[in-house]
Amino acid sequence: METADTVLAVQDLTMHYKTRQGWVAAVDDISFDLRRGESLGLVGESGCGKTSIAVSLMRLLPDNARVLSGQIWLDQEELLSLSADEMLHVRWKGIAMVFQAAMNSLDPVYRVGEQIVEALQAHFPTMRVAQARERVAELFRLVGLDPRLMDRYPHEFSGGMRQRAVIAMALSCQPAVIIADEPTTALDVIVQDRILKELRAIQKQLDMGMIYISHDIAVIAEVSDRIAVMYAGRMAELAAGESIFHHPLHPYTSALMGAFPSIKGPKRELTTLPGEPPDLLHPPAGCRFHPRCPRATGVCQEQRPPLEERMPGHAVACWHPLEVRNGC
Amino acid sequence: MAAESKLVRVEGLRKWFPLSGGFFRQSRSAIHAVDGVDFTIAAGRSLGLVGESGCGKTTTGRLLTRLDAPTAGHIYMDDPQMGAVDLALLHGKELKLFRRRVQFIFQDPYESLNPRRTVFDTVAEPLVVQGEGTLVEREERVVRLLDLVGLTPAASFLFRFPHELSGGQRQRVAIARALIIEPAFVAADEPTSMLDVSIRTGVMQLMLELAQRLGVSYLYITHDLAVARYMCQEIAVMYLGKIVERAPSEELLANPLHPYTRALLSAVPIPDPRYRRQTIEISGDVSRPIDPPPQCRFYARCPVREERCRQEEHPPLVDKGGGHMAACHRV
Repeated sequence: METADTVLAVQDLTMHYKTRQGWVAAVDDISFDLRRGESLGLVGESGCGKTSIAVSLMRLLPDNARVLSGQIWLDQEELLSLSADEMLHVRWKGIAMVFQAAMNSLDPVYRVGEQIVEALQAHFPTMRVAQARERVAELFRLVGLDPRLMDRYPHEFSGGMRQRAVIAMALSCQPAVIIADEPTTALDVIVQDRILKELRAIQKQLDMGMIYISHDIAVIAEVSDRIAVMYAGRMAELAAGESIFHHPLHPYTSALMGAFPSIKGPKRELTTLPGEPPDLLHPPAGCRFHPRCPRATGVCQEQRPPLEERMPGHAVACWHPLEVRNGC
Repeated sequence: MAAESKLVRVEGLRKWFPLSGGFFRQSRSAIHAVDGVDFTIAAGRSLGLVGESGCGKTTTGRLLTRLDAPTAGHIYMDDPQMGAVDLALLHGKELKLFRRRVQFIFQDPYESLNPRRTVFDTVAEPLVVQGEGTLVEREERVVRLLDLVGLTPAASFLFRFPHELSGGQRQRVAIARALIIEPAFVAADEPTSMLDVSIRTGVMQLMLELAQRLGVSYLYITHDLAVARYMCQEIAVMYLGKIVERAPSEELLANPLHPYTRALLSAVPIPDPRYRRQTIEISGDVSRPIDPPPQCRFYARCPVREERCRQEEHPPLVDKGGGHMAACHRV
């Protein structure tokens, strides 16, 4: 899959959390790549491993987490083999992240602009304050904030403005890859819409690779070129957005689409999935979806299905995928 | 429409929260959280109350179930068991008696259940408060309700604690608790917004099924218009303490009249990558309704405002044809 355009390549990534009850298999042997200027949507429910992938890529792991295997290539550099000091140079410059709770990403006792100036000076030690402030003003304009607001404190910002400021901070060192982890989940729909549009425009304009993480398949549909559907720490399906939505091959993807109400189109029955996602302390053998799957057979209980390309550019991890169509 | 019996009729409902401060803490200003709201809910039908954070939708639900007392206005309830009454005027014993007819389901099933009480204690509590049944009878009713909300076998859930349940199971317990005394009316505040998609549909369908079986009406409070479409026959859109539009659900989505509703609908992401959505831009952010001027609440952000919208009072909610109500000078 790797091409000259590939900016990030993740290979066989496995990450576990240690808990008092044992090891939780949060990310289990995940591989994917991201092209320059491409937006990849990671969609799935709580605990499917989407945020765990993000913190592994950033190497911002909590103390109880371990990457057990895998490689993360950012351009020509393998991130997991870097020392903590070396990683400091990659983080924010090479790969940056917009976190879920904007309030927690900003220090309440410093002015918003100052925090970005500080981040800039940490990465570009020769940069003078005046230069850095100029850059912050530029970033503020880019994300649709009035540059005069840079000397305000976070509490003076509304939720939407804070999220914009956090995006400006993530963009400050011109990263090659930006990870956005549910950046609009706490926002109202009108503000969400504005921020999504701007984030997408900036990502295209700067030709960045973006990994957009959300549980909301409608948001994912709108911001992603390709979509990866996650289930219980594994990738169930990976394909172009249209292909995923119009020809889902994995029964889980199909159920997810069917369960999601929309305000457009005729009102249709919503489908329900029986059961609940598995406890990852004791994940089911074989395909992790098999206890809830209407198509499951013996093989699903025993063997893990590999993620295989079944249609051009459309990969699925399932022993009994839904109908594969030719062409289209 | 006229032949349908109105279960709840709300008139001029207001809730102002005074802001502390001023001389001797005598407050001059107030947040007009709910500021003159009228609507009706027919028996066995449900109304979806949608709007952005801070629009007053949760406060409206709390007033209707009398978790809060209104500043002004009436909540007439015509209940087959208890007769006609104005809920806004009830106190003490009368109010307690009426609590068997109106119930509330909270958003967060992790916070609304007491972690030290078993499922049985939680679900049976309304019966205990109302002094209904013996212990044996209560247990029978709890088991029946747990079966009804899909927590089966009920016996295996009775003596579990909330931490032993998943989010979806907790919300089912909260629903069982709300329905055990067979209320006529339930206000549900975003009951599924904390749940994952694959769990959410099940809880939504359960609530719909129970509404039919038990003849309950919901005031379904949500920020998600798509969810309101599935849960309710009618949708009311709130903005800064006012209902700006109200119509049958499909009609509201297909033919929004108020400029705010139009902007809101145009911002909802569509789960279809082929769909090209055209956003209707409105300026600014939602403000807080602190002593709002008498003009239309949406004036500052409205893309179609004119001089009269500034000079005249907030427009009344009037029928623009076929039961489609809107509060706007321009439509």
